[in-house]
Amino acid sequence: MRSRLTPYLLALPSWIWLGAFLVVPLAAMASVSTQSGNVIDGFVQTFSFGNYADAISQYSPQLLRSLWYGGAATLAMVLIGYPVAYWIAFRGGNRKATYLFLLLLPFFVSFVLRTISWNFMLSGDGILLGPLKDWGLLPSDFQITATAFAVISGLTYNWLPFMILPIYVSLERVDPRVMEAAHDLYASRTTVFRKIVLPLSLPGVFAGVLMTFVPAVADPINAAVLGGTNNTMIGNIISTLYLTNANYPAAAALSFSLMAVLLVGIFVYARALGTENVLEAAAR
Amino acid sequence: MDPLLLRGMTTPRTRRNVLKLGGLSAAALALAACGVQGQKQAAPKPDAVKDFWAKQKKNGKVVFANWPEYMPEDQAPLKAFSQASGISYEYKEVIQENAEFFGKSRPVLAAGQSLGYDIVVMTNGVQLQHMIELGYAVPLDHAQLPNFAANAGDKYKQRAYDPGNQYTVPYTSGITGIAYNTDHVKEAPTSIQALFDPKYKGRVGMHSDAQEIGNFGMFAIGVDPEKSTEADWRKAGELLKKQREDGIVRKYYEQNYIDAVSKGDVWLTMGWSGDVFQRQLAGEPVGFVVPQEGGTIWTDNMLIPKGAANPVDALMLMDYLYQPAAAAQLEEYIQYISPVPAVKDILTQKLGTAEGEDKEGLQAMVDSPLIFPTDADYAKLRAYRSLTTAEEQVYNGIFQAITQA
Repeated sequence: MRSRLTPYLLALPSWIWLGAFLVVPLAAMASVSTQSGNVIDGFVQTFSFGNYADAISQYSPQLLRSLWYGGAATLAMVLIGYPVAYWIAFRGGNRKATYLFLLLLPFFVSFVLRTISWNFMLSGDGILLGPLKDWGLLPSDFQITATAFAVISGLTYNWLPFMILPIYVSLERVDPRVMEAAHDLYASRTTVFRKIVLPLSLPGVFAGVLMTFVPAVADPINAAVLGGTNNTMIGNIISTLYLTNANYPAAAALSFSLMAVLLVGIFVYARALGTENVLEAAAR
Repeated sequence: MDPLLLRGMTTPRTRRNVLKLGGLSAAALALAACGVQGQKQAAPKPDAVKDFWAKQKKNGKVVFANWPEYMPEDQAPLKAFSQASGISYEYKEVIQENAEFFGKSRPVLAAGQSLGYDIVVMTNGVQLQHMIELGYAVPLDHAQLPNFAANAGDKYKQRAYDPGNQYTVPYTSGITGIAYNTDHVKEAPTSIQALFDPKYKGRVGMHSDAQEIGNFGMFAIGVDPEKSTEADWRKAGELLKKQREDGIVRKYYEQNYIDAVSKGDVWLTMGWSGDVFQRQLAGEPVGFVVPQEGGTIWTDNMLIPKGAANPVDALMLMDYLYQPAAAAQLEEYIQYISPVPAVKDILTQKLGTAEGEDKEGLQAMVDSPLIFPTDADYAKLRAYRSLTTAEEQVYNGIFQAITQA
């Protein structure tokens, strides 16, 4: 009897933790999202589901923009990250650990600081564009910051390692003998990649997409630091509603809407890639 | 995203499981449904205030929560206070933003707990108004603030956001005007219309704070923000929207406009007097004007938060900082606008004995209209408008739609 209970008892702290710090706050937020009132007179539960309609209709441009920026950044991360992971996994030799460490090295600097230093580097008269403009290589009104391109690049840069690492892990696991067998059966290098390596590494890509798309869509920092007047993302709106305006119901309704959109998106994506294998890989 | 959760959602579930889940959520909802309590307070009766202060004693310590760069690094004014009064102090630079500070403090104060600070500094604005309305600021005992009465400038005593300084006394003030890059803008702009001039397309910075940008929109349409109506807000909003859509605004800044204008990223921007003065001292090409249509003056205020452990010591420190010598020490470092006019005389005296760089710095301060605004400048300055919570929602809706498009 005791031995049967042990695993449950061991898991108990985690369940309490999850219950207290995930389920309860989420439920509280769900409740807040249908309340009405203001910070001075207080908020009362009125089950005003209109909060959702209001929030979505008012902020749909930012919501759609966030999905597009997050999606573009995720795609860029796959395109940049896959070759990097491939190179480390198959050409890294015995320096693999060093390369992985180098990949993570920027993370020893705070996220916000890294983004601000990009701004410093890429600003109109900054250390990169300033000289180029002085030498006449770029027109004087050329700019990188304050554009959608800058925000998407920032998002790509900031989460790239989270894309590379899962892909690397799945590529590392590809059995070299399988590839050798394919070669022996007269498969060309392209065919080996297309038929063997790519399918076996897709779970890694899936896990990478999960780990990067969601935070990229919700991120407020890159848009605030690198964006311009038309690059506001949904994360910025939520933080303004919550912190500046103390409009908790609207902020909560918007957060839940975002969560719903992301869940549906990922759900569809998971079905499209075939859940069984993929989820197993993501869970590893 | 939790893969397990995802897996859970992709596997078929029996009806009973669904019901169970539903039950759980319902329970949690019931728990959470009490929501955020309303706590609007009526102004306290003078007797109650008197009683409160009669019961308080000096405890020999004080905790001062302030913004970064608001106290000389050697903390000389605080040390001198400590020596003179025998009160030990703790100085914490924990306030970076009014909204964030209020957001973090509100639940603590609402629960009737102490923030652990005896003095906090907040800008006049919506959050300070909330602090007062919710009864989170302790009414001050002016019998214990003789230096404030004697030395604070008249302009810093009667302010609309806190008539009679019932809850707050000013720490320092600043002007929001136009900061410009002198390399790119050769002639100092005089009118606020410069910020809307198509010739500076893509080179104009505006502030993202709804009150700040709203004020400037209203100056541009010739309205005094303090007396503005909702119709004025909408009209100002239209103008600011056009300014954005025409591509004139490069960015809506929270804090970091000063680097942008000194580097030449933007040529003209809404800016704060003290920031510009500091850059000028450092030799950077930045100028500052209060446009003829008007600029805003804002004030960072000291107040005692509800539940503070050492209110008497806090009052003593507040009052000490109104001694001209202490105020001058602060001013030399902060370089915004001191609420104590006598600071100018003290700095002028000090100028007589100073040498080298110190002398240059002091001379620049004494001469600068950014530190000691002229009467002509003061005549152009307006305060923030107080907003009720209902007005605030409309106001924020109009101006945040511009800064966060």
